[in-house]
Amino acid sequence: MNIHEYQAKEIFRKYGIPIPPGEVATTPEEAEAIARKYGTTVVVKAQVHAGGRGKAGGVKLAKTPAEARDVATKILQLTIKGLPVEKVLVTPAADIASEAYVGIIVDRASKKPVFMASPAGGIDIEEVAAKTPDKILRHPIDPRYGLRTYEAMQLAFFLYSDIKQVRAAARILQQLYAAFSGNGGSLAEINPLVTTPTGEVVALDAKMVIDDNELERRPDIAELRDESAEDPSEVEARKASLTFIKLDGNVGCVVNGAGLAMATMDLVKYYGGDPANFLDIGGSSNPEKVVAALRIITREPNVKAILFNIFGGITRTDDVANGIVSAISENPLRIPLVIRLTGTNEEIAVKILEKNGLSAMTDMDEAVKKAVALATGGKAA
Amino acid sequence: MSIFIDKKTRLLIQGITGRDGSFHAKQMMEYGTQVVAGVTPGKGGQKFENKVPIFNTVAQAVKETGANATVIYVPPPFAADAIMEAADAGIPFIVAITEGVPVLDMTRVYPFVKERGARLLGPNCPGLISPGASNVGIIPGRICTPGPVGLVSRSGTLTYEVVYQLTRAGIGQTTCVGIGGDPINGTNFIDCLAAFERDSATTAVVMIGEIGGTDEQEAARFIKDKMKKPVVGFIAGQTAPPGRRMGHAGAIISGSAGTAAEKMQAFQENGVGVAKRPIDVVDLLKRAMRQER
Repeated sequence: MNIHEYQAKEIFRKYGIPIPPGEVATTPEEAEAIARKYGTTVVVKAQVHAGGRGKAGGVKLAKTPAEARDVATKILQLTIKGLPVEKVLVTPAADIASEAYVGIIVDRASKKPVFMASPAGGIDIEEVAAKTPDKILRHPIDPRYGLRTYEAMQLAFFLYSDIKQVRAAARILQQLYAAFSGNGGSLAEINPLVTTPTGEVVALDAKMVIDDNELERRPDIAELRDESAEDPSEVEARKASLTFIKLDGNVGCVVNGAGLAMATMDLVKYYGGDPANFLDIGGSSNPEKVVAALRIITREPNVKAILFNIFGGITRTDDVANGIVSAISENPLRIPLVIRLTGTNEEIAVKILEKNGLSAMTDMDEAVKKAVALATGGKAA
Repeated sequence: MSIFIDKKTRLLIQGITGRDGSFHAKQMMEYGTQVVAGVTPGKGGQKFENKVPIFNTVAQAVKETGANATVIYVPPPFAADAIMEAADAGIPFIVAITEGVPVLDMTRVYPFVKERGARLLGPNCPGLISPGASNVGIIPGRICTPGPVGLVSRSGTLTYEVVYQLTRAGIGQTTCVGIGGDPINGTNFIDCLAAFERDSATTAVVMIGEIGGTDEQEAARFIKDKMKKPVVGFIAGQTAPPGRRMGHAGAIISGSAGTAAEKMQAFQENGVGVAKRPIDVVDLLKRAMRQER
């Protein structure tokens, strides 16, 4: 789960990380009032779950309250990577002497949380990593001990030479690790971590991604979810325990398992169609999931055919068949439906479908070809 | 022959009385897997299907039945503990089916299991099957048939799809292994590829990857450097849209976006045949096996 910068900053502050004050505005007037209260130059920052905000025009400096209102007006009209900006963070602008990067992520390769630090922080950090990898220090953490002080010092010495700044940064790194591990993070990042002309070390930005699998046992973190910042169909899908990503194609896909879902989309494309979505109904299935899946998919006017591709393992194909039948009886379909079912309880599933005037195919390629042909009104490529 | 499990595998089932655990316990028993014990705390002393003794703890189950492998169906909040309990009881092969285990739990579980010398498969995986000998997990047994091909995959249902296509084409399997899609898993592609290379019955291998991470690229290099047997690959997610990724850490750590195109290129550069569709695996494999002979 993504959380906003202002939410990540609140978490980081609780762990003692020095962060300038800031307040959230949802209207230009609120932004103006906050800027007036600070009485200094402010930065107005889009709060949106997408990277590359700065480059998309979502972060702007404002010298006066009136200017803060103007830039907030513009930013609140932006759509960044398909997501509309609903909130801005208004924060006093800091004087910056240097910009560093610090981040922590769970690394697949080493199977550990890994710290990364670079004295060359800022918006081009990925380019720094690609072109000058020696400017990035990577340090794996043994989660049983956490980030020990000497490790934090090693990382901090890579960023700064002034011992006061090194100690301040080391403390921030330990606080960042505590915030990361104490809240079920899969990523925590400060970019930039700056030094001010007076020598202080301050976090000007904060990013945190929470492992979805942690939310059940961390209800306080789960509450940070901002549904207004998410695609409405994706919100509805999540509530039904479906994984859904909206695309723009003509073949709606309902599949069990992420790998098969992707392979099905690839095959739709291969045979000349365009997938309308990624939708994974997951492992243990129940009929209600299928009902929700059909409701979400059929709402899109571009969808001209629906393809079910279910290979039962832990998913029982009879559950899926029952879901299809009850979804259609509640809400008859206006577009053609192609069902491919095989695996666990397949015989029962086929009987359920046939009793209700539906049929199932067993071959994936044939089913995809048929769905593409129905969606495009012609023959599949 | 096969890898990791065979006719001698004596299986324990953790979570044998749950909805998924009991359903798949029956399926595994019907397949002929030697299910020797189950564990559900509080149900010790009972029997599953009037046949399999249930114990309160894994240690007891191992002591009484000599179980040498376990499969875990317990819910996510308890899965990490169940894996560690199994490793502590000395079980050398642990298969975790559970989906939704927090990744930070896994950063602690992984070294714990390693230090006890056990192999973990999963979590969030479909398990594995050595057709005709033993089925551990949730892979539908009837789509498999014994034969000379090893299969390893990050996916669950896509694994079934490819196995099904192989079986329909008359190509049997030594072992089909689903390593799971979580960021941290106990057994990776290279572990399985190395085991297939050592297994005398396996003559060719199918490897099924997905977008994300760099495991497939590393596996491709391993195949070129360390394997004599032919390997054929498929990558799912060729049409996946670029995500709205937050933060920079992911790209910095791996130096890779983990796209299907990157992975397919790594396969090609290292002499691994790449299928465009799942069905194309069959022809590529036939060709590779012919050249081998």
